[in-house]
Amino acid sequence: MNAEEIKSSITAVFAGSSADEAGEWPVVAMDAEDWLNRALLLRDTREWLFDYLFCVTGIDWKTHFTVVFHLRSLKHRHSVVIKIQVDRDKPQLDSVSSVWRTAEFHEREVYDLFGIRFSHHPDLRRLFLTEDWNGWPLRKDYEDPVNMIKL
Amino acid sequence: MLEELGTTEQGDLIINVGPQHPSTHGVLHLVITLNGETIKKVEPHLGYIHRSIEKMCESLTYRQFIYVTSRMDYLSSHINNHGCALAVEQGMQVEVPLRAQYIRVIMDELTRLASHQLWWGAMAMDVGAITPFFHAFREREMINDIMEETCGARLTMNYMVPGGVAMDLHPNFRKGVKDFIRLFKSKFDEYDELVTHNVIFRQRMEHVGILSGQDAISYGTSGPVARASGVSCDVRKWMPYDIYKQVEFTEALETAGDCFARYLVRMHEMKQSLSIVEQLIDAIPEGDFQAKTKAVIKLPKGEFYSVVETARGELGVYIISEGGTTPYRIKFRSPGFSNLSALDHMARGGKIGDLVAIMGTLDLVIPDIDR
Repeated sequence: MNAEEIKSSITAVFAGSSADEAGEWPVVAMDAEDWLNRALLLRDTREWLFDYLFCVTGIDWKTHFTVVFHLRSLKHRHSVVIKIQVDRDKPQLDSVSSVWRTAEFHEREVYDLFGIRFSHHPDLRRLFLTEDWNGWPLRKDYEDPVNMIKL
Repeated sequence: MLEELGTTEQGDLIINVGPQHPSTHGVLHLVITLNGETIKKVEPHLGYIHRSIEKMCESLTYRQFIYVTSRMDYLSSHINNHGCALAVEQGMQVEVPLRAQYIRVIMDELTRLASHQLWWGAMAMDVGAITPFFHAFREREMINDIMEETCGARLTMNYMVPGGVAMDLHPNFRKGVKDFIRLFKSKFDEYDELVTHNVIFRQRMEHVGILSGQDAISYGTSGPVARASGVSCDVRKWMPYDIYKQVEFTEALETAGDCFARYLVRMHEMKQSLSIVEQLIDAIPEGDFQAKTKAVIKLPKGEFYSVVETARGELGVYIISEGGTTPYRIKFRSPGFSNLSALDHMARGGKIGDLVAIMGTLDLVIPDIDR
């Protein structure tokens, strides 16, 4: 499938999703609803087969969070970028660690640095920072007078 | 602690390996649940060398942030720099001169060789053979000397910049590389005799820490770890950058998925890297080593993602720009992080003595995982 076909086929199946023009890979934006089932569809639908999750990124846009999933199909050799908008006041998203095993680690990293909770995650704890750390360092409003050096 | 591990039963033993342990090759901390000698669970605890490079990069300019990335996977510093330069170039829409592309690929492959040499020595040492470590470092020293002449550094190179490379090659470069190729070619037989065909080594490696192809994909592994499980994922083949399109080499693939397969993949990769350097070293064209770029780089609003193959696997550099001289957010998709996530799966059900062999073949660099 080429980029246009991927975009149109995904937006046709997932209600409320929209294609986005950015970067070299097709980008589809959607909201957090029903993410786990959608992830399963992305992995198992024969034309897509996005079996390889290679990057999970959290972004703080000050008004909301975006969690970006970079997916690739090792069979069809095509990629897609899924962007999910997450509420900033109640940051919550389905965990997809049961779909792609590597997500367990990646989601812990996003939780650790952004404070986004992944529901049904088997072991949602901080990954890099200590358990008693206050705040979420990669948020834009994070302040730490001791550890942060302002340039 | 006991409640935290969940599946722990009475009689189980919990031991800590690291953060200061010679076989974790850095400050990796593993909490291992054992039943007798059998591993029930391996839980990595990270963050001992977490410097929050991603946060740091948000206040550094596009020229500055590349230097920090040499400190992620310090054994692949050229390749890290290369990935960052590619991402910035994507945003700048700049054409890199051919000479710079040749230099970059040669440097990448020399880095891969040096990294695999270190791994080879350390791997053998992990399973009890001391001598190979000295052999590997003897040859690696030659690469370090070559790098030092041209880049002025031996570990954190900071040589690749947006638009090309920071300075031209040293006049001795070509001769040094050719001497190295000649010498190193004759060493493979020695390496094989010393380690590959060694019965004790084979017994430690074969049928240990098996990772199936399906699991390798699900755990997001890349590089030699995935290729040893039969997953064809070499970025240099599938998404070639710079002049990798024109270079002839075969992707190292094994299907067994055990420690020995991962060992063979890296040995094969060393031969391929050597062949790539040999193909390119006499073909470096004359010309500029750097494209003309502005002193202060401004990227347009948008997203730029570059993918390169480091010695450990696929490195992704994801720049989110809101315009201006600094990135809004940078994410590094480091290969070691995903490879490590498969460790628990590979080690479970095996013996505690095999854990070190499995970790050795994962070729972990902890600053690359922690970032």
